[in-house]
Amino acid sequence: MNNFTKLKKKSAAEWNALITRKEPVIYLGMASCGKAAGADKVREAVKATLKKYHLSAKLVEVGCIGTCYLEPIMDISAFGNPRVSFGNVDEKSAEAILRKYLLEKECHKGKVLGHFGTNSFDGVPRFFDQPMLQSQVRIVTKNCGLIDPENIHHYIANGGYEGLSKALQKTPDAIIDEITDAGLRGRGGAGFPTGIKWRTCRNTVSDEKYLICNADEGDPGAFMNRLLIESDPHAVLEGMLIAGYAIGASHGIIYIRAEYPLAIIRLRHALSQMDQYGLLGEKILGSDFSFDIRIKEGAGAFVCGEETSLIHSVEGKRGMPRTRPPFPAVSGLHQNPTIINNVETLSTVPHILRNGSQWYRQFGVEGNFGTKTFSLVGKIRRSGLIEVPLGTSLRKIIFDIGGGPQKEFKAVQTGGPSGGCIPEELLDTPVTYETLASVGSIMGSGGLIVMDRDTCVVDIARYFLDFIQKESCGKCTPCRVGTRHMVEILEKICRGDAEPEFLDKLESLAKLVKSTSLCGLGQTAPNPVLTTLRYFRSEYVEHLNEYYCPALVCSSLIEYSVIREKCTGCQLCVSVCPTGAIIGPRSEPHNLDKEKCIKCRACYDVCRYDAIAGNAIVITSRKEE
Amino acid sequence: MKERITCFTEYMCTYPKEEGSLIPLLQKAQGELGYISPEIVETVADYLQLTESQVFGVASFYSQFRFSEPGRHSISICLGTACHVVGGEILLETCERDLEVKSGECTSDMRFDLNRVACLGCCALAPVVKIDEDIHSKVNIIKLKEMWSNYE
Ligand SMILES: Cc1cc2nc3c(=O)[nH]c(=O)nc-3n(C[C@H](O)[C@H](O)[C@H](O)COP(=O)(O)O)c2cc1C
Ligand code: SF4
Ligand code: SF4
Ligand code: FES
Ligand code: FES
Repeated sequence: MNNFTKLKKKSAAEWNALITRKEPVIYLGMASCGKAAGADKVREAVKATLKKYHLSAKLVEVGCIGTCYLEPIMDISAFGNPRVSFGNVDEKSAEAILRKYLLEKECHKGKVLGHFGTNSFDGVPRFFDQPMLQSQVRIVTKNCGLIDPENIHHYIANGGYEGLSKALQKTPDAIIDEITDAGLRGRGGAGFPTGIKWRTCRNTVSDEKYLICNADEGDPGAFMNRLLIESDPHAVLEGMLIAGYAIGASHGIIYIRAEYPLAIIRLRHALSQMDQYGLLGEKILGSDFSFDIRIKEGAGAFVCGEETSLIHSVEGKRGMPRTRPPFPAVSGLHQNPTIINNVETLSTVPHILRNGSQWYRQFGVEGNFGTKTFSLVGKIRRSGLIEVPLGTSLRKIIFDIGGGPQKEFKAVQTGGPSGGCIPEELLDTPVTYETLASVGSIMGSGGLIVMDRDTCVVDIARYFLDFIQKESCGKCTPCRVGTRHMVEILEKICRGDAEPEFLDKLESLAKLVKSTSLCGLGQTAPNPVLTTLRYFRSEYVEHLNEYYCPALVCSSLIEYSVIREKCTGCQLCVSVCPTGAIIGPRSEPHNLDKEKCIKCRACYDVCRYDAIAGNAIVITSRKEE
Repeated sequence: MKERITCFTEYMCTYPKEEGSLIPLLQKAQGELGYISPEIVETVADYLQLTESQVFGVASFYSQFRFSEPGRHSISICLGTACHVVGGEILLETCERDLEVKSGECTSDMRFDLNRVACLGCCALAPVVKIDEDIHSKVNIIKLKEMWSNYE
């Protein structure tokens, strides 16, 4: 029996023992989002509860299943019942849930989300039957939130490294054929066919080749790659091994942004386990293939997600892009052929090797096969990370899966700062690389920001341009200077001191920057402006001509006031107002001095969130004066 | 400070003398000393046989590096898109005003340094603020003020 077969046996035994264990097992979602929601406190509460009731249970820390709005999440399995999941757990409810389940064998009705079994269980629905999960197809997120990301046996027991083992029995060319047949396209943004890129690199003769995993995840407001690495780090690492073998590289690098400390820890841990089991270094799994993987931490520059900048950054230089060709697949890191792939692309590779290209092609649509993860955030009820087949409509993603916004839907931004703002009437657009481009946006890496009627699209355009302008590396003039002018114009529109001809000026500048910038950063930067001008021109005109911000966001165009009838005179606002703009005797209606008000929103928040306050502070347009 | 620089210098010698070591070395230095001081620039330049302006040129390109001493605690306000649409900027302004500190700088009593970050990856729980290593989610002005009172 060879070593991998032994390792599989051992892993399966460990995993089966865990899932069939009669004694309680408590699973806690401990990805960084879960922690931000308070998972550390829940863990302490769980330990305290077990002690208090003299119970013993095995604690397993898992990653994140993607239902972020339900964090912190805790699952329990015991008594041979299926694993049951509970959501929005806090210190108090953790005790109640455990006590009820472990002592009374009952599920806490208010907190239970669902179970992971195949049959029905005690009136509890199946976890994956929830509206957010029902229509997802989970390939790269298959293990996320279910296994312990720090335990390689969990990964192997669930099919891990099977793809590598199969790959090592094939020729590199056969692997590239398989990936090409599967129709896999790069998930980092551009959607370039992965197989074709690999073939170019394979065919370039060189002593040294590199494989780089792009985990820079620069889109501000997206976290697909973070979640995958934190929850299932071995998947991307297995993908790197397969890719390295296919292209003939012996060195791998993961370029990961420094803002993801937990993901970096998980990777380090996973690499040391791989080393221990002969999955890294010399003669991997007894084959002739040798490969090492290093981690390079990014240093905070959006442009370094672009492949030629990324290479410069790894070389220790300023992260400036260069013109292509030559493409990195021919001449990249230290002038050697280099393949750069996104985390999600590489995490998909093992599944294709394991199940075959035909299997992969059953998902998605012609030309856009497979699944894509999206981080669904902004003004949306069920925010989190989802995975759906390509070709799914935006409407299905936002409304069926995400539950839509609380208030009226206005737009969705795909593709981050390089993408565009898509209005309601285009929501039936199926999500593919081509259709998103045809409406003026891009697929990007998978960020979806939902906006409701309280979001100002002009402000969003200003926000993205400001972001890009700060991140522009400064190498080419259209991007460096053009974006600065665009930001100035947008700021003036938001402040209400713009001239009517500014819109045409903005539009022509946008087109200029788009067509003349050197790299993808500048070429796509105008997209948020062009799409908002195209679909929401009337909002720009309202800002311009009527000094009116319909979403009541642009601070120069709004004002705060107190509705006397609603004010309870609780004085909370007085204590938070930094400028002393609100005054009034206790228990009587208060006055807000508009001259002194700096529109910091503090009073608005307390007056809404505190029970003794009367929700009396309102924001209105200045034109209504 | 002297000791820590000596300590860093010893550590530096374990890195290969090549340009690729520059950013990792700067990261290490900032991790140990809190910021990139002129001495660090000089030490690293010497070691890698680069000019000081080359080293500074690279360091200043990346937003991670700071060139002045940090406070006892670091507040990072997320200004990513998800946080922007739910009021991240208001949180930044509140810190600037109430703690009397500009973003990128440090309060005069060295209690806090204040920073803007592009995204902390917890966008589903926006707005997000990080103080030292703790990420706080769904922050509003009232919660923010409570939060910082826990750090001296
Ligand atoms: C300004 C800019 C930023 C980018 N940021 C990222 C990023 O954060 N992550 C990523 O995977 N690709 C990013 N890309 C795309 C990469 O250049 C590259 O196409 C990609 O990593 C290739 O991998 P794939 O073929 O697997 O998609 C960016 C491109 C540009 C122009
Ligand atoms: S917080 Fe609201 S209800 Fe209370 S005094 Fe101020 S305006 Fe009135
Ligand atoms: S918005 Fe800010 S400055 Fe204006 S009244 Fe309210 S608390 Fe005071
Ligand atoms: S809760 Fe884990 S990624 Fe959102
Ligand atoms: S946008 Fe703030 S955490 Fe991502």
